[in-house]
Amino acid sequence: MSKALASQELNNESPSQEGALSKYKVKSQTQVVWHHLYRDKVALIGGLIVLLVVVVAIFAEPLAPHEPNHQYMEGLTDLGAPFPPSENRTFRLGTDSLGRDVASRLIYGARVSLVVGVLANGLAMTVGVLVGTIAGYLRIGGTLIMRFVDIMMSIPSYLLAMALVSVLRPSLAVVIVVIAAVYWTYLARLVYGEVLSVKEYDFILAAQSVGVPISRIIIRHILPQLLPLIIVYLTLGISTTIRVEATLSFLGLGVQPPTPSWGGMMKLGRGYFRSAPWLVLLPGLAVTFAVLGFNLLGEGLRDALDPRRLR
Amino acid sequence: MTRYIIRRLIGIVLTLLGVSVIVFSIIYIIPSDPARIVGGPEASIETIHSIRHQLGLDQPVHIQYLRFLSRTLRGDFGQSWRLRREVSSLILERLPATAKLALSGLLLELMIGLSLGALSALNEYSLVDRLVMAGSFFFLSVPGFWLGLILLYLFGFQVRLFPLGGYGGLKHVFLPALTIGLMYAPWYARMFRSSLLEVFRADFLTTARAKGLLPRHIFLRHVLPNAIKPVITMAGMDLASFLGGLVIIEIVFGWPGIGLLAWKAIFLMDIPVIMGIILFASFLVVMMNLVVDISYAFIDPRVVYQ
Repeated sequence: MSKALASQELNNESPSQEGALSKYKVKSQTQVVWHHLYRDKVALIGGLIVLLVVVVAIFAEPLAPHEPNHQYMEGLTDLGAPFPPSENRTFRLGTDSLGRDVASRLIYGARVSLVVGVLANGLAMTVGVLVGTIAGYLRIGGTLIMRFVDIMMSIPSYLLAMALVSVLRPSLAVVIVVIAAVYWTYLARLVYGEVLSVKEYDFILAAQSVGVPISRIIIRHILPQLLPLIIVYLTLGISTTIRVEATLSFLGLGVQPPTPSWGGMMKLGRGYFRSAPWLVLLPGLAVTFAVLGFNLLGEGLRDALDPRRLR
Repeated sequence: MTRYIIRRLIGIVLTLLGVSVIVFSIIYIIPSDPARIVGGPEASIETIHSIRHQLGLDQPVHIQYLRFLSRTLRGDFGQSWRLRREVSSLILERLPATAKLALSGLLLELMIGLSLGALSALNEYSLVDRLVMAGSFFFLSVPGFWLGLILLYLFGFQVRLFPLGGYGGLKHVFLPALTIGLMYAPWYARMFRSSLLEVFRADFLTTARAKGLLPRHIFLRHVLPNAIKPVITMAGMDLASFLGGLVIIEIVFGWPGIGLLAWKAIFLMDIPVIMGIILFASFLVVMMNLVVDISYAFIDPRVVYQ
């Protein structure tokens, strides 16, 4: 009876008080996260950049003005400089030493960077989560596994990656696997720490006491708690990977020519720095831009997904 | 305290053993024949066999590993396959150059990073703060070798202020050190900033201000020592990894250090040199970890009881 009266009272609320009540509407976690993300202008900029890079990488074919590997004779003349006067609009960003269109190569280079970034990080994350979760649950085995991870982390990553890539003959697949092989340890350690604390949550203990098997607990209860960490570090990881891939390609240890890659373009362009600085400038800007985008987005996600806000 | 130190020491011995196992496994697994590389393309089968015997490659795996381990413990990292020299002497020869670069880079990154971080923290949310943070994000995203090339172009070519790479004194080391400094300063700026902001919120600061102490005194004697702890950790780890060889910077600037040696070795498939450098660098990292951990035990006794 009183409930009906109460609801009647609520229904008779004046408009100004309706707004006050709306803040007691329950929002799901996802909505809260989106709300914070939306208010973070910097993260949104990052997100736009990431979107741009992804779109360019996927739609390289229609977007690129020319064939990235076609060597144009006209490119080796004055038309080869970037930002040409309006009559000669063939090569907007100039051509490289072999007469190939820089703009098209930049666009296709985004594809390589993104493919390496996504695949290498996906692989590293899968292995890292697997190892981290298992280590978090075993007691002695866990300590042993983390010792192994510590050992792997003591070896300088750049040296290890370079040595591995050169020993295994550089190619796209090798680069992806090597970057994953070097990077998974960081993720494993993060996941391990997180699993150790999540393990102690009340609802996990409750599930255990009711008799839920460990495998099900891990999959249905622990892993979802790891989701914020996974999302944030996947994004930040892609930014790091794009840089590493560019560096490896610059050293000749990345995807092999003629496949366009931003680092590879800089490697070739380095020899012509005095006469054609744009050959090094533009790909470097592309890398910086892409890395910046993923970094901003990742940091924004980290703030939005901050557990202190959600609990 | 002693028990803590002993525990850590045992830990690093195990870690170093583990590193040696991993490094050895990589050497063992690689799909190339060392004997052939040493012998050269025109060597006959008998020469290759004798080289193989000399290098001890015809022994079973565990024997090879034990020989490898005993030699490594004595500081003998083997002989380079391309240059007929001891790997350890090659590394030690290049160490001063890398150390020079490492220390200069560290100095610059600390100067830039810490001052900007402090500036940011003292003016939280101001325009200066936002600019510093924006700049940090930019320099974090820039690829190191590109930054180096741009600096070379601008200050070595357009404005002929600095030489175009090579080894030498202040003039030669400035641009590479600046590149390192700009690459790593953002980490310090951000970390120092958040560390300072945390200390600013502490209770003892309110007490200090209530006592009427000079702001400068408060900052130098109370805030700084507390905020500087994570900086020391980071700087220590940076130094250790730099001394293992700053490969990219050395390549871009032609700086004859350990990193350049590693690059040449990778290019020439000179495995003993590569592995020697990896072992050396890992050793530095592990030792620095130990030093930092133990120093923390003195600074903050609570860590001993873990």
